[in-house]
This record gives sequence, C-alpha cells and structure tokens, in this order.
Amino acid sequence: MSSGVGVDLQDVWIKFGDFVAVREANVNINGGDFFSFLGGSGCGKTTILRAVSGFLEPAQGKVLIGGNDMAGKGPNERPTALIFQNLALFPLMKVWENIAFSMEVRGASAGERRKRADELLDMIALPGQGDKLPSELSGGQKQRVAIARALCAEPDVLLLDEPLSALDLGLRHHMRTELREIQQRVGITFIYITHDQGEALTMSDNIAVMRTAVIDQIGTGKDVYDDPSTAFVASFVGVNNMYRGKVKSISNGQALVETNRTGDLLARISTGATGKLAVGDDAMVFIRPEAFDIADDKSKTNTRIQAKVSHSEFEGTSYSVFLEGDEGKEMKMSLINRGEARMYKHGEELTIQYEANNAVVVPAGEVAGE
Amino acid sequence: MNGFMKDYFRTNGLAMGWTLILLVGFWVVFLIILPQIAMLDFSFRPNLPPPEMGGPKDIHTLDNYKYLIYGAQGSESTYNIVDLSVFVRTLIAAVFVTIFDLVLCYPIAYYLGQSKGGGTLRVLVLLLIIPYWINEILRAFAFKIIFGDSGVINEVLMFFHLVDSPIDFIKMNVALYAGLGYAYILLMIFPMYNVIESLDRNQIEAARDMGASWAMIHRRIVIPFAKPGISSGCTMVFMLSAGALAAPQILGGPSSLWFTQRVYQWFNMNGNWTQGSAYAIVLLVTCIIIVLSVMKLFKVNMGDIGK
Repeated sequence: MSSGVGVDLQDVWIKFGDFVAVREANVNINGGDFFSFLGGSGCGKTTILRAVSGFLEPAQGKVLIGGNDMAGKGPNERPTALIFQNLALFPLMKVWENIAFSMEVRGASAGERRKRADELLDMIALPGQGDKLPSELSGGQKQRVAIARALCAEPDVLLLDEPLSALDLGLRHHMRTELREIQQRVGITFIYITHDQGEALTMSDNIAVMRTAVIDQIGTGKDVYDDPSTAFVASFVGVNNMYRGKVKSISNGQALVETNRTGDLLARISTGATGKLAVGDDAMVFIRPEAFDIADDKSKTNTRIQAKVSHSEFEGTSYSVFLEGDEGKEMKMSLINRGEARMYKHGEELTIQYEANNAVVVPAGEVAGE
Repeated sequence: MNGFMKDYFRTNGLAMGWTLILLVGFWVVFLIILPQIAMLDFSFRPNLPPPEMGGPKDIHTLDNYKYLIYGAQGSESTYNIVDLSVFVRTLIAAVFVTIFDLVLCYPIAYYLGQSKGGGTLRVLVLLLIIPYWINEILRAFAFKIIFGDSGVINEVLMFFHLVDSPIDFIKMNVALYAGLGYAYILLMIFPMYNVIESLDRNQIEAARDMGASWAMIHRRIVIPFAKPGISSGCTMVFMLSAGALAAPQILGGPSSLWFTQRVYQWFNMNGNWTQGSAYAIVLLVTCIIIVLSVMKLFKVNMGDIGK
C-alpha cells in the first residue's frame, strides 16, 4: 500500500524550556503504514505525536507530511486527525454529532452530516446508535466512535495516542485486531503511540522503540524483537535474560563475551551494533527465555550455562524454570509443554544451552526498568 | 429513608448528627420559613396600630396588592404608574446587570478554568477576592467617589481634554450599574470557573484538530458544558441585584428609585409594614418566575444549578 501519505521527521528536536523531550528524531513513515512509537511513560512518544499533529512546534528540524513541510501550520491545517488517550468525545453531543463534527466545522448541512455519520456508524459496526449520547456507550463502542469521528475528517494520517489503554484486557486484545482491520480497509497511514509492546508487535508494520527522548531502533516487530540494536531495546521489548561482560574475541559476526559468573558466552552481534564492538569493550549478552533448551552437549562449550534452579512455574502451554543468575537476578527459561513437563525443584543443578545465533550481543548501555 | 438516616448517623456519629440536624433545622425554620410566612401573612392584612391588631378589623384583604396596581383606594380607574414603573425598571436593570456581568465574567472564568493552575492562577483569584474583604456599603461609597464630579474618571477625562466639564455619572446611573455589576462579579465568576475547570482540555484540542474556530469551540463545547455554572451565576446575580438596597441607595441618581427602596420606604419611613410586605412578596415571586422561565427556556434543570 504505497498510495497513502507518508510522514517524515528530519532531525527533530523538541524542547520545553531547557528540558529536551525529543532528541534528534529521524523517522521515515511510509504511506499506508501502521507505524508505532513504543516506549515507557515520559519517553517523549506523545510529544512526537503532538509535533506531527501540530499542537507543538519542534525547536529544530522538520516535520513533513506527504513531502510538505508542516512548519507554522496549526493542527487544523494539517491532514492529520488525532485520537486522544481519553478519546475526548464531546459528552453533550449525540454520537452522530460527534462523528460529523468536522463536517459541522466546514458548514455541512445537518442532512449531509447525518448521512455521513450513519455510513461511518455502519463501518464501525454500530448501526442505529447515532442518537445515543457517548455516556450511553460501552468502552469499546466509544473507542470506535472516536475512530469514526477522526476518520470523518478524511485525514491522510491518523494519529492514535494510546487509545486502548483505558479498556480492559479482553477488549484491548479484540480492539487490536479491529484497529488493524480498519486501517487495512481505509488504507491511510496510522501512527500509533503505545507503551504496550504486545499492541505494537501485533498491529504494526514498523515500530520505533524510544528510550528517554531518543529513538533507539526502527524496524519491524521481528527486527526489534529478534535483532535489537541496543541494550535498551533488548531489555524493553519482550522478556530477556541479560549478562554483562567484556568482549573477549570477535569472529564471523559473533562475539565471545566473558561474564562474571556465567562464564564465557558466545552470541551473534546484533545488526545495529555491527562495528560498534571491539575486543575489551563492555558488552551485554541477551538471551530469550525461549532460546534455552535443557541439554548437555559437551561440544558446545561457550553456549552452555550451569546454574541452580530457584523455582518453576507451570503456565499450561508452557512452563518456566527460573535459575539463579548474575547479580542476584534470576534467569528465565521457557519451555513448550509437549506433555513431558517436569517441575524442576529448588536447588537442582541444571545445565541449559542455546544456539549462538539466537542470542545477541550489544554494547553495554542503559537498560529498561533500571 | 430509614436506611438513609442510619447511614447518616453512622458517618456523623449520634451527637454530631443531631447537632447538624438541629442547626440546619433552626436555620431553615426560624430564619427562612417563619419570616417568609410572617411576611406573606402580613401582606394580606390592613395596616393597623398595635392595639387593634388581632381585633375585629384585622382581616385578610387584597388591599395591599391592589395599592401596587391601582394606587390609593377608590381610584381603580388609574394605575399606580410610579410604583409599577419603578418595579419594571428594577427588573429590567437587574437583567441588564446580569447580562453585563455574564459577558464580563465568562472570559475571566474561562481563562481561570483552563489555565493550568499554579502561582499566577492563585494570585489572580486572590486579586479578585481581596476587594470583597471590604464591606459592600464602603465599596458603594468608593464607587461614588470614583464616579463623582471630581473623581478619578472625570479627572482623567478632563486631563486629556476628552471632556470639558465633568460627566454626571451618578445622574446617568452609570455609577449604579457599575456598582451593582461589580458587587456580584464573584458570584458570576466562581460557578462558571468551577464548571469550566472540569472541562477536559482534550475536548478543546480535539475540536481544534478538526478545524473548529474559537467561536465555534465556545458555542458548541465550552458554553454547553458551562451551562450549569452560567445559570447558577446568572440566577444569583439577578436575584441579588433585583433585591439590592445599599448600591441603589448610595449610587442611585436623584430621579431613579429601585423597587427595594420603595419596600424600604414602606417599612422604615411610612411605618406601613403590611404594605411593604406585599411589595416584597411581589418582587420575590416575580423574580422566581423570571428565573424559572429563563431556566425552562435554556433547558437547565434545577439540579444542575447546584453543581
């Protein structure tokens, strides 16, 4: 879908007084993409969205929509529509008036507005609900009304600021699919802000992972999960086991890292970190819980870890074993339950191993949640 | 009801619960209901010297109300033009003062309500409140001085040669309207401020995002939302300015009389309490009717006013 309108951020800096909220953001969002900004609270992702929608101007750099510089253009002059975190439906207007508000602004007659609102209500699967007040709708229905209201303005780019965060878990999962479907149907660019990696991974064509004020990595869900560029991305997206150490040797795109307690670990150097690691550098190895296996192949000297079991958890489709790891932290190993699940007991000595290509090594850096 | 009382005593305790009930009961019965009933009863009685009260001449009559409409007894062909015109003029002026305050206070309330709080907001609110530490009558006198022949306004106008001789603001009733308007500004600002403060800023931003002009944002979003505050502010300002006595007494021009001044005259100068009661009752009932009709017209519920 290359028909949509793309959005480009070129060297964008956003400041509030002396505080730098966004530092040197460079992002190319393809037209028709479902693009997510993923990051923790206060990382600047909402600030970026407000800069795209025109509620604030970057201190430096350009925001381009469809190749046009948006400098000096207010929110009403941009081909964007914003869906707020709390939806911001107008409580005193009926649902259909809410949906057709952008047409009312343009002076459309009540008949035209009603007609268009009814079409959109059909599209969001709420036919005949136009005469209700927003307060009479359920959370998921309000959600869809907010989307219809934004789409009614026929924007080229739809901006969504954590719109699912107020919903309960089940509805949130359902709305993921629904949002993605709506996006496929209307074919316009969606820019989605979220702190929920599940949402970002399932819905997005591309994801920008943000650390405080900085975009660490841009890529597909698979990229950021399997091939994280930085320690932050590796630790923020999904669950990961982390090992600190120093690079001992580098060969064939793999690095051998000497860790304090776990011994030497061999791992693939992530694509984003290629060329940034040299022998003797501080590095971090990340191994996913599902990359581990219980086995004891003596030929794999540098991809084996011996540790004591601390406890196990049975989760039905899988079971997890927690082992005593570095720095007082636990290592997590997830195993698919094929029926032979065995609960390892506290204190059992276990040897686990992994494939070097399923582990990544990146330069030591800031880690999520620290 | 039983359950409600049980909850009430559980939250307040027995002693505190009864204290509250007795205090509020005293206030409502002795300070509101009984005086009003006494006034109502008075208004239907002839004005008699104390010894004859309760005697055979003390009967219920409509004479006091007739007087307001027709003037002195036996002249039912002519109307009491003086008092009726004072009555109507008072109501119109009160409406005018209310509208003036609304127009003046809405932007202030909006600004206060939507500014993100902090020091500036507190200073502004304090600046609004401080003048009200001074007694209402003193404030009225201050206005008399400001608007007087040698007051600040005339001095400034003459200094810049905008006028040759001082303008008689008192005679033109400018001072009266300004004084009345000023007297009740806070009662207009705060109900509106309270409501507008609870308006979600995102709604305004959402409307802006969809291209709405400021006028439209106010017409479609802020004003409908602020309606309970607007109506409660307007109700208070209208009732109080129609019933004001100090400001008209001090700031009123020589030829202008406020209806409350007529009531005052009946009570205190003519010693005719029954006649005064009838006038007061007419003013009260008319004001209530006006407020209720305006509320009906703008589809405001009584419950919203309390917000």
